[in-house]
Amino acid sequence: MSTPGERVLIKGNEAICRGAVDAGCQCFFGYPITPQNDIPEYMSKVMPNLGRVFVQAESEVAAANMLLGAAACGIRAMTSSSSPGISLKQEAISYMGGTELPAVIVNISRGGPGLGDIGPSQGDYYQAVKGGGHGDYRQFVLAPGTVQEAYDLIGKAFDLAFAYRNPVMLLGDAIIGQMMEPVTLGSNKETESNSPDLGWNLTGKGQRDPRLLKSLHLTDGALAGHNLRLRDKYASMEKDVLFENFLVDDAELIVVAFGSIGRIAKSTIRKMRASGKKVGLHRPITLFPFPSRELDKLAAAGKRFLTIEHNLGQMVDDVRLAVRKHADSDFYGQMPGNLPTPEDFEQPILAALGVNS
Amino acid sequence: MKNGKAAFTLPGVLADIPTHYCPGCQHGVAQRLVAECLDELALSEKAICIGSIGCSVFIYNYLKVDSVEAPHGRAPAVATGVKRARPEAAVFTYQGDGDLASIGMAETMHCANRGERVTIVFVNNTVYGMTGGQMAPTTMVGQRTTTCPGGRCADNEGEPIKMTEIIASLGGTAYAARVAVDSVKHVRAAKKAVRRAFEAPLNNLGLGFVEILATCPTNWKMTPVQANKRISEELIPYFPLGTYKNLMGEQAAEGTEVEG
Repeated sequence: MSTPGERVLIKGNEAICRGAVDAGCQCFFGYPITPQNDIPEYMSKVMPNLGRVFVQAESEVAAANMLLGAAACGIRAMTSSSSPGISLKQEAISYMGGTELPAVIVNISRGGPGLGDIGPSQGDYYQAVKGGGHGDYRQFVLAPGTVQEAYDLIGKAFDLAFAYRNPVMLLGDAIIGQMMEPVTLGSNKETESNSPDLGWNLTGKGQRDPRLLKSLHLTDGALAGHNLRLRDKYASMEKDVLFENFLVDDAELIVVAFGSIGRIAKSTIRKMRASGKKVGLHRPITLFPFPSRELDKLAAAGKRFLTIEHNLGQMVDDVRLAVRKHADSDFYGQMPGNLPTPEDFEQPILAALGVNS
Repeated sequence: MKNGKAAFTLPGVLADIPTHYCPGCQHGVAQRLVAECLDELALSEKAICIGSIGCSVFIYNYLKVDSVEAPHGRAPAVATGVKRARPEAAVFTYQGDGDLASIGMAETMHCANRGERVTIVFVNNTVYGMTGGQMAPTTMVGQRTTTCPGGRCADNEGEPIKMTEIIASLGGTAYAARVAVDSVKHVRAAKKAVRRAFEAPLNNLGLGFVEILATCPTNWKMTPVQANKRISEELIPYFPLGTYKNLMGEQAAEGTEVEG
């Protein structure tokens, strides 16, 4: 457990672990895959010493289903993996979505498709945001742009998971996971969600009526009612939308970028501001719910948009939908397999501004 | 009641509702044995049942205990999560042969190998029931199913998997037995084995595993009587009944000596 206010220089992966431990995570189920190995390694050392649970599962499939079991008990629990392993977890994530179980899944994603590489990528945006498993469900998706944010957001992930009884994914990449930065610890707190009886969770029935947690709804109309209720729940998540606006007020062009790319684009924008270019940044921190309302507001104010991602173009679809009444968005895709630098984004931004350099 | 006491009463943990299972299906017998053991061991208040996928899933309609539904084959992983999160709970899975021995083989073996303090009740009726009678990993050689219409061929599909023998070979298993419910004698032995499979993890010795050979008259295309006969004539010779591992330091339960 961290001392409140403690300042440390740590990797993003360790920040996620320390954030989870501080937030009262009682069970961690992991499996090795690069570039997230620091997470199960750290948890294997720390969790047993705190009297908490660490299990190295036989597969990502099993780890996600162990998470399902712990979540059904109403215990703060987490798994982590990277893209190919996250694909294997989708079955359980869909079941947890359908069964409305509070669980935290960390994806320190890597390049793809297939085995791809172990470098940074944002290729899993669709999978994370649109419901990567079968059926029509959504999960909260939190995308940290700094190591500090990784610590802060993993705590938030547990709070949101229990507030909405829903899976929450923290979506990072090798930049967030492997980069070391100074972090102030201690702000994440355990809440009452680890109490034994939350009114829905499995505790052994004792003297009350038995509880059944399931996603199967066979009687006529039952599934439709369930799905409509889920739709309303997903819509209600908008009140917890998070984003960062940077120098947008007088900007002609707003770069929309998330996670590590948002942070790199910020450096580009600072540099271009110094030479008088009126460019700002909108960085969604929750990818679901998406900050559509804010983007619509910016579009209504006459802004133009350039979406920059570390993929072939995924979030740009959501940006275009958000601004469609007033504007559109250009797109620049940095390919996974290349480590982006602030300089890489200058030409695309100048092109979107209509400036020839 | 006139002239004496009731010989047959409903276990308290068993719901008093009509069964939906097909005529002659032995899931009802297997679930009743689980219910009787939960009652006798006074576990119903702290039991958590992990349902699986297949006909077995509906155990949660019949047992009045806290339950969660696992994805196909994943019940032992879900049980692991539940037990680690709530060590005080009596955690058990109830799985069919397709769920446990095919898609869930990895989860089952690793759960046993870790010695999770949970009980696995495995109902082996040699066929996928709910989906309409497809070939299972335990389908007998020569047995016709909707996906081996010419009969299972060992050269092509391999031989039926003997799960109890596999589970008994793993270090974390405290108890492993195979039983049948085709006769009164076998039902009595089965009850003892189910009870031991619950006692082993309760005694913190490791995993408890019991395989129950059971009928599926619908998908075997047999009458209930013919199906019951098939258990003794065809299944038991290939899947020998008996206690394959027992760390509780006692003789094998009556009628369940390992053969051969």
